[in-house]
Amino acid sequence: MSSETQKILSTDGIPLEESLKKAEKKNKIKAFLLVSPLLLFLIITYIVPIADMFSRSIDDKMVTNMLPKTYKAMEQWDGKELPPEEVFEAFYLDYKILVKNKTAGKLQTQLNYEKNGFKSVLKKLARKQKKFEEGNYKEQIMKVHKRWRNVEYWRAIKRRAPAYTYSKYLKGVDMYSNEDGKIVQVAEDRRIHRILWSRTLEVAFFVTLFCFLMAYPIAHLLATLPMKYSNLLMICVLLPFWTSLLVRTASWMILLQQQGIVNDFFVWIGLVADDNRPEMMYNKTGTYVAMTQILLPFMVLPLYSVMKTISPSLMRAGKSLGATPAVAFFKVYFPLTIPGIGAGCLLVFILAIGYYITPALVGGASGTLISNQIAYHMKSTLDWSFASAMGLMLLTGVLVIYWIYNKLVGVDNIKLG
Amino acid sequence: MALPKYTEPHYRIWHYFYLFVCGCVFFFLIAPLFVIFPLSFNAEEFLVFTDGMKRLDPDAFSTRWYKDMVYGTKNPWGLAAKNSFIIAIFATIGSIILGTLAALGLSSRHMPYKGLIMATLISPMIVPLIISGVAIFFFMAKVGLAATHLGIILAHIILGTPFVVITVTATLSGFDHSITRAASSLGSNPFNTFMKITLPLILPGVISGGLFAFVTSFDEVVVVLFLAGLDNTTIPIQMWTGLREQLSPTILAVATCLIVLSVLILLTAELLRRRSERLRGINR
Repeated sequence: MSSETQKILSTDGIPLEESLKKAEKKNKIKAFLLVSPLLLFLIITYIVPIADMFSRSIDDKMVTNMLPKTYKAMEQWDGKELPPEEVFEAFYLDYKILVKNKTAGKLQTQLNYEKNGFKSVLKKLARKQKKFEEGNYKEQIMKVHKRWRNVEYWRAIKRRAPAYTYSKYLKGVDMYSNEDGKIVQVAEDRRIHRILWSRTLEVAFFVTLFCFLMAYPIAHLLATLPMKYSNLLMICVLLPFWTSLLVRTASWMILLQQQGIVNDFFVWIGLVADDNRPEMMYNKTGTYVAMTQILLPFMVLPLYSVMKTISPSLMRAGKSLGATPAVAFFKVYFPLTIPGIGAGCLLVFILAIGYYITPALVGGASGTLISNQIAYHMKSTLDWSFASAMGLMLLTGVLVIYWIYNKLVGVDNIKLG
Repeated sequence: MALPKYTEPHYRIWHYFYLFVCGCVFFFLIAPLFVIFPLSFNAEEFLVFTDGMKRLDPDAFSTRWYKDMVYGTKNPWGLAAKNSFIIAIFATIGSIILGTLAALGLSSRHMPYKGLIMATLISPMIVPLIISGVAIFFFMAKVGLAATHLGIILAHIILGTPFVVITVTATLSGFDHSITRAASSLGSNPFNTFMKITLPLILPGVISGGLFAFVTSFDEVVVVLFLAGLDNTTIPIQMWTGLREQLSPTILAVATCLIVLSVLILLTAELLRRRSERLRGINR
């Protein structure tokens, strides 16, 4: 026998290694084909539209498309002094078309964002431009309004030249780029978005904390009770979990109203006077209470599934070695439940940070969150690019948490019920 | 959890305090649901317990709001219920088919890029609904499916599949693949093997995933708010409008029906879970 190892052949004469590889590849393709319908479906209807939100959020072609000749003429202009005659002529020609098509209003609004007071200047030009004579447009335009002599207004037009902008993202954190192109904060009394962001984080944090504090004892009880009792108690957790979100919000609206049962109870035990019932709904209190109850099952279930696996003999061993129950709990039991705590907290936090329905119904003005602002811009102001920008900022935050969650817990370890 | 006799007094107190806290939390979880039930039988139009109700006077109770729910001309609850059921049923079927296939592929040990693909498939569950709503709305508007049943069904399939993927993958984790190989070696084709061997074994997972998908669709309001036109109104949309404008007892009647429905779904899901655990116990 030679020392060379002979290649093992399968029955059809092909080397085993090769035919194994072939089979492996076939299996891979088979597995991938099974996943592909859903994957393709999600990519087309979900992932690509989300990515599309990005292009929508930075899209600023509106002004660019309205003044094509002006921007072409402006390419040569350095922006230090008043632009040359060609720019004036190009602007006149562009603007004439806009007035004729009755779309000048959009340009007026857009440029007014750039420079306050631009609207009236443009409106005046729209009225006067009909009488313009051919040639020497610079003189004629500057005669209409003296502000046309101010180079600031021309710079404002030039600033809108790029077809893409990140201004919506700046607006989302209450900033804007001023006339000199520097990024500055908006006036103090107009910083509404930053309040919303911090409130969203605050609500999500405290709801997570409350959920944790409430879920830990009952998850422990569920995990340690004998099966027949714990199954019954588990229904108390699962029934709210399966019940419609709107039904649960409605029940909180009934409970928390001024003549509601909670207030009745407070009056009855003498905590508050009958004529001085506190407002518990349409503010942050309502949001906290309702969201905590609604998200509590999402904390209980992961905690329970981890606690179920901890053997009670570990605590007994700790105690038999001289630990007091408190020490045994903090040194033995608590560290073992940390995976469950991580899973539950991250899940609740992710859900809370994007909550929409409950804050909109019981939150009032002081209890609304960033999601409500996104919905507001989608439905009322129709500023879809701003809604997209805010949505993506929120999404980035959530994806970071999701990524951490995936690292710590693994998405395939999510348990339901 | 009876305490042993030798327990020291302060631990005994601590233990009862702990049980008391647990009791309070359970009460906090479940009690709000029970407020709706009696108030939906209120004879008055107010959403508080009237004096008559506190005295258990039979005249203070009535079923007028249930009658209003069914026969009321102002409320399109009938249309909403029909739409909700149609959308939820088709969305569930779609989610089950796509989700089960994907789960079968994902649990194969040959699957490449498993983590990345799983994370993608689960993402609709993680991404805040408002963002999903905006993105899906842009897509549906582009392809002309906004304000159609089909558009809403597709949107709900997106939101429902993660649940099916998760539950079926969990069921398949204890699945013994040698039995499907045994079936193939006995001459069964892959389709038959799936229908006769795999499917019956993973059925509990499939159904409970389907239940999740059904509930998700039936309860979903954020995405539908963006997509629905007047003809596609659903129960959640009607409730949402009702809760925003005026909280009427009719909504409580609807809510009571929804609670009954969720009790039924919960019982089904529990039975299935136990059956699934039993089945997987045999396999091990």
